[in-house]
Amino acid sequence: MSTQRVCCAGFGGQGVLSMGKLLAYAGMLDGKEVSWCPSYGPEMRGGTANCSIVVSDEPVGSPVITADATASIVMNQPSYDKFVKIVGSGGTIIINSSLVEKKVERDDVKAYYVPANEMAKELGNPKLANIILLGALLEVDNTVTEESVLNAFTKVFGENKAKFIPINKEALAKGAEYVRNQK
Amino acid sequence: MAKVLMKGNEAIGKAAIEAGCRFFFGYPITPQSELPEYLSEELPKVGGTFVQAESEVAAINMVYGAAAAGARALTSSSSPGVALKQEGIGYITNADLPAVIVNMMRGGPGLGTIQPGQADYRMCVKGGSNGDYHNIVLAPSSVQEAVDMVMEAFDLADCYRTPVIILSDGLIGQMMEPVDFHYAPKRELPPKDWALTGKGDGQKHMIVNLNMDAEDCENHNIQLQKKYVEIEQKEQQWEEYCMDDAEYAFVSYGTSARITKSAIDTLRKEGYKVGLIRPKTLYPFPKEAFKGKNIKKYMDIEMSMGQMVEDVQLACNDVNKVVFFGRCGGIILTPEEVVEFAKSVIGGDK
Amino acid sequence: MSVIFQKSKGLTDVKLHYCPGCAHGIVHKLLAECLEEMGELGNSIIAVPVGCAVMANKYFNFDAIQSAHGRAPATATGIKRVHPDKMVMTYQGDGDLASIGTCEIVHAAARGEKITTIFINNGIYGMTGGQMAPTTLPGMRATTAQHGRDVHIQGYPLRVSEMLATLDGPAYIERVSVTTPGQVAQAKKAIMKALKVQKEGLGFGFVEVVSSCPTNWGLTPVKAMEFIREKMIPYYPLGVFKDITREGN
Repeated sequence: MSTQRVCCAGFGGQGVLSMGKLLAYAGMLDGKEVSWCPSYGPEMRGGTANCSIVVSDEPVGSPVITADATASIVMNQPSYDKFVKIVGSGGTIIINSSLVEKKVERDDVKAYYVPANEMAKELGNPKLANIILLGALLEVDNTVTEESVLNAFTKVFGENKAKFIPINKEALAKGAEYVRNQK
Repeated sequence: MAKVLMKGNEAIGKAAIEAGCRFFFGYPITPQSELPEYLSEELPKVGGTFVQAESEVAAINMVYGAAAAGARALTSSSSPGVALKQEGIGYITNADLPAVIVNMMRGGPGLGTIQPGQADYRMCVKGGSNGDYHNIVLAPSSVQEAVDMVMEAFDLADCYRTPVIILSDGLIGQMMEPVDFHYAPKRELPPKDWALTGKGDGQKHMIVNLNMDAEDCENHNIQLQKKYVEIEQKEQQWEEYCMDDAEYAFVSYGTSARITKSAIDTLRKEGYKVGLIRPKTLYPFPKEAFKGKNIKKYMDIEMSMGQMVEDVQLACNDVNKVVFFGRCGGIILTPEEVVEFAKSVIGGDK
Repeated sequence: MSVIFQKSKGLTDVKLHYCPGCAHGIVHKLLAECLEEMGELGNSIIAVPVGCAVMANKYFNFDAIQSAHGRAPATATGIKRVHPDKMVMTYQGDGDLASIGTCEIVHAAARGEKITTIFINNGIYGMTGGQMAPTTLPGMRATTAQHGRDVHIQGYPLRVSEMLATLDGPAYIERVSVTTPGQVAQAKKAIMKALKVQKEGLGFGFVEVVSSCPTNWGLTPVKAMEFIREKMIPYYPLGVFKDITREGN
């Protein structure tokens, strides 16, 4: 039995919630039990945003992750302390090093630093930073398959966004490639 | 039908449509606003009607009218908004009309917080309006169960001619889970031959709420109580989790129950013989679940300060057997603190 | 034998409980006659209020529902949305409509709900026993204003027809009274018009009837009619406040 418990955190507008939805939807397409649980409230307008995703072989108990996450994706500095701490021993932390200067001081987790904003600019669309980071996670964590993420794309964003699948596929690959060398 | 990943609030809206509901009356409030938003878009597509009411009070009274007119009608809100609806809920109950009310609870009292809570147990299960009455109260623990329960709620409402409350919370409303939609009525539903449709050439219909004569009013109450006896006999629903060899049992519903399940998984790995009785119907409370059980302690876990405790005490018929742990005010319980609480209760008695 | 008068088929044979000199009976009769003449008795549903008319469901010979206090416009909205082809009415007093139900009537009117509201304004709470209403005139006595309504303490009365006429949703608004045969005839015309705008789907129809409460006013029926003419109507002038069917409107 395996259960992946992933937190995504950053600013509202960085695509934190939709990145999580892609992960959850992909898990569902892979035949897993999944849940996606957002923080909600006034802070979702321009403040910090985060969501918890559980992908499991078993029915999901608590959908809220308060400890022992298997992975965190941290997209900005204000999310850093909470979402580094939330990862359990042996877990994975993907850090957007474009906006986060700190380095993880824990030695019981594996941290990867990805300059996602710069990489997204290189791809021609700053909005792809979240997808690059997701690609990095998939490379080191095997939570879901890349194929399922791409299949989930139109489910999450709508059929009219299908034309963006190739560029998102490229972004996933960039993120994966970047951390492959850090493994 | 393939499963789709949906937010609880939207899934409830879709479930209502699948169950044949074509009328929604509501007022915005966090954390349930995705439900009216969804229905404002989707109901017109199936020939239905969405009205954003001027208040929760107006919304429930619109439901009263639509229900009297024979329609399947829905309103939804969250705790302070449901407090406002209590007047209309009492009227609908007294008039023997079917309706479904969704309460995506948040922490209270008063304006409270927008974060999830379970502090409306008393208001919804014991009755927040005036008079001797009950409403059927269903407590989903997942988005799929919310969908299934909304569909069943419309049938229960029509079957017993009573309001049915879906008592859920902001977490179930806001989270996404895979769901599918299968509306499969299990009950034979009586014809709505009492509905206001214009009398045509026949006898006029009246939906009354006032009994000036006290004896008439008492007789009406006696009829209501008969309905509740039948509901208590036929409609108790619950789930048991790891109860086969359990010596200590959690009692928890909705969001708290799924968090408690996570705690049970941890405790079981460590050798604790713990299980869960999860009421799916809060009214009628599943007293049957407690019969014949040899349990040392019942651990009531809620996101309130213990509003269900008295029902658990009555169900197990032992005040001293029930202990309580809860968080409130919008704090979501963690499995870790439930584990810790259980260990403090059980001690070394593995 | 020739029939010179017949009770409307829109009324049942249940004996009215209203006091002598109360105008409810007249207005009930007018509404019943109008619906009968329109051929709509089998097609009508009325939401009755909390107040003296709470038992009007027994008097009208068509479908009826007893509403919560002030909420008849909301309840009627629910009914009308389910049955857009039926005639749906509310019948409300001043405490019900202009105090506790102000929100509901304003918004039903603003939405242009295709319903017809009959508003009985007699400036007092009748059923509960003569308390001050939102429409109680300045200086007028009530059991909760025993020295007369003091506007510096209790504020001013509401002119509901004028207020609602500022909205875009209503199709027809008229204030009438029933103290003379001429006024009764005019009141019937107004009710007919407010029903017809509903029937034609034009919008919300509203008829305010400046009415009497001899019992709680402490006046004889005849004196009560004089009070309406001399005191009430000067404060609540009769007339049409909105009519979208009229040219130039």
